[in-house]
Amino acid sequence: MKMKCFSLVCAFTTLLFSSTVFAAAPIKIGALFAVTGPAAFLGEPERNSAKMVIDEINSKGGIKGHKLELVAYDTTGDATKAVQLATKLIKDDKVVAIIGPSTTGETMAVIPVAEKEQIPLISCSAGSKITDPVKKWVFKTAQNDSLAVGKIYEYLQKNKLTTVSILTVSDGFGASGREQLKTQAAKYGITIVSDDTYGPKDTDMTAQLTKIRGTHSQAIICWGTNPGPAVIAKNARQLGIKTPLFMSHGVSSKKFIELAGEAAEGIKLPSGKVVVADMLSASDKQKKSLMAFVKDYQKHYKTEGDHFGGHAWDAVNLIKSAIENGAVTAAAIRDQLEKSRAFAGIGGSFTYSAQDHAGLGKDAFILVEIKNKDWMIVK
Amino acid sequence: MKRDLFLFIGFAFLILLAPQLFSGGYLMNVLVFVGINTMLSIALNLLLGYAGQISLGHAGFFGLGAYLSGILSTSYGVDPWLAMPLAATVVGLMAFFIGFPILKLKGHYLAMATLGLGIIIYIVFNETVELTGGPSGLSGIPNLKIAGITFDSDVKNYYLIWTATLMVMLFSLNLAGSRVGRALRAVHDSEVAAQVLGVNSRILKVQIFALSAIISSLAGSLYAHTMTFISPASFGFNFSIELLTMVVIGGLGSIYGSFLGAALLTLLPEFLRGANDYDIIIYGGLLMAMVMYMPGGLVRGIPALFRRLVTTKKGEAGHA
Repeated sequence: MKMKCFSLVCAFTTLLFSSTVFAAAPIKIGALFAVTGPAAFLGEPERNSAKMVIDEINSKGGIKGHKLELVAYDTTGDATKAVQLATKLIKDDKVVAIIGPSTTGETMAVIPVAEKEQIPLISCSAGSKITDPVKKWVFKTAQNDSLAVGKIYEYLQKNKLTTVSILTVSDGFGASGREQLKTQAAKYGITIVSDDTYGPKDTDMTAQLTKIRGTHSQAIICWGTNPGPAVIAKNARQLGIKTPLFMSHGVSSKKFIELAGEAAEGIKLPSGKVVVADMLSASDKQKKSLMAFVKDYQKHYKTEGDHFGGHAWDAVNLIKSAIENGAVTAAAIRDQLEKSRAFAGIGGSFTYSAQDHAGLGKDAFILVEIKNKDWMIVK
Repeated sequence: MKRDLFLFIGFAFLILLAPQLFSGGYLMNVLVFVGINTMLSIALNLLLGYAGQISLGHAGFFGLGAYLSGILSTSYGVDPWLAMPLAATVVGLMAFFIGFPILKLKGHYLAMATLGLGIIIYIVFNETVELTGGPSGLSGIPNLKIAGITFDSDVKNYYLIWTATLMVMLFSLNLAGSRVGRALRAVHDSEVAAQVLGVNSRILKVQIFALSAIISSLAGSLYAHTMTFISPASFGFNFSIELLTMVVIGGLGSIYGSFLGAALLTLLPEFLRGANDYDIIIYGGLLMAMVMYMPGGLVRGIPALFRRLVTTKKGEAGHA
């Protein structure tokens, strides 16, 4: 009897050991995306893209024998939930890195957790303050608002437009944009003659636009995400405002053109290169990644990939190359991420360093104009 | 009376023992939020379940507590232990003065007025960017410290939050059983009858409104100091509705019911997470079923269900 027990135990332990020795354990990567709720337009493409890349890596046999496992949770855009789920990812799922969250507010909430537990966090949200000042464990793939603002101001300066009206949405995205618009204006010799905000759920902005019309500014810059800016474009047309209208990269998806219809014509905005991937010259370093992403996304989800999904694509691929360089633990992945140089992704060409965890330059954005319901690169 | 005391001591014992049973891990973090939500739903239950006055703006008081305490301790360097009562005092006074005109309203009108109040507070959080950090939130709020212990881990926070929650529970249980509690229930059933019996219903309603706001504010301050980050999105209209659901699902007019409601609504989404995209449907379906089959809330529904099971078992045994 005793002998039987002993041999059983032996067999069992051998079984246990063999399974851990032969198949390298999967590396768990956590993800927090706002798949439902008001920020779902960010979270859904992000989750889809992350899943797509991870599936692809695994179908090719993983990285150095390690399969990747994505543990993705829906934060519904709520900062409290994001913090709870980040804790869950770290303590229960034991992930080595976290991708997301989707919005700046959630990211700011999760940062203390990531810093304390020493897990690398690659945020997919745009707020400049995520990586400014630099935090040891926090990186981001979404382009800084400051770069987008710079792109618009550069164009204005070149075309000698010096007075602008700004109209920003009262949420994290708008507040951050508004701050950047105000701080950078002087550098480009631009005066902000009126500064208004609107609510994320407002359905009519004629009041603000009527006020702006009275200021005779030479350009209007609107900072928001769908659907607000589409309403503004329509209202501006109804009021017969001829002043050139600029939007943020928050609306650089086909959805905006659909929503605004005719009123979208002639609007200019800074955008990630993904919307004009096929128009880029072959010498563009990002072209290869961009075309692959667009093609894959179309194949998997039957819809166009946008730059929000691109942020998650970049994050997964940055982690992938860190693991390819031999990193398997959280600390090693962080160190490898910081060594990423000229990684040509969807959002731009990433070069992280100890002083820069945002990793992008002004070339991450191009200025596009909406013409005949499509994007045109503004030269 | 003695039975009630034993019940409470037993409950408190279980709560304080819980971390030994499932130590560490993510569940501790969720249980911290169960504590905060219990405090909030008790606050709302005192107003809605006992005094019969609805409020759709309690997330606002919760948020005010969090922001006042957060701003005082972050931007002005006030000690968190001092910032919390300061915030509670300000919120209490505010609720007291707003309570006079608002609580003259009844039914749908009271619901509308409190709804408006909650939304106004939410907008203030969003728009006063210099003070609150606007929509991107306020970060770097200090943890609470006492005698060299910093409350910076889930287990420590668990004891902190639940000590506060148990105190609020004990206080509310006493209040509910006291003369004031009886007066509140009288106002609930018939304000005219209560007044005839010598209850100053107008003052009483305002007082309980202010008390409810103070408890909410306290919960908010504790939330801010344990999370160390707050943003307006956590204090919106949706959260007011969630609190209302906790109170109704748990059982109106029952302190333990508030705990059950808060625990269920906080834990349920965690258990349903395995169901991926269907979790919202299951969640909604369960809530609907509970309201339909347990209209008195969990606190009355569960014993009733238990009794029914026992009697059917007995019945079957009798037939056989």
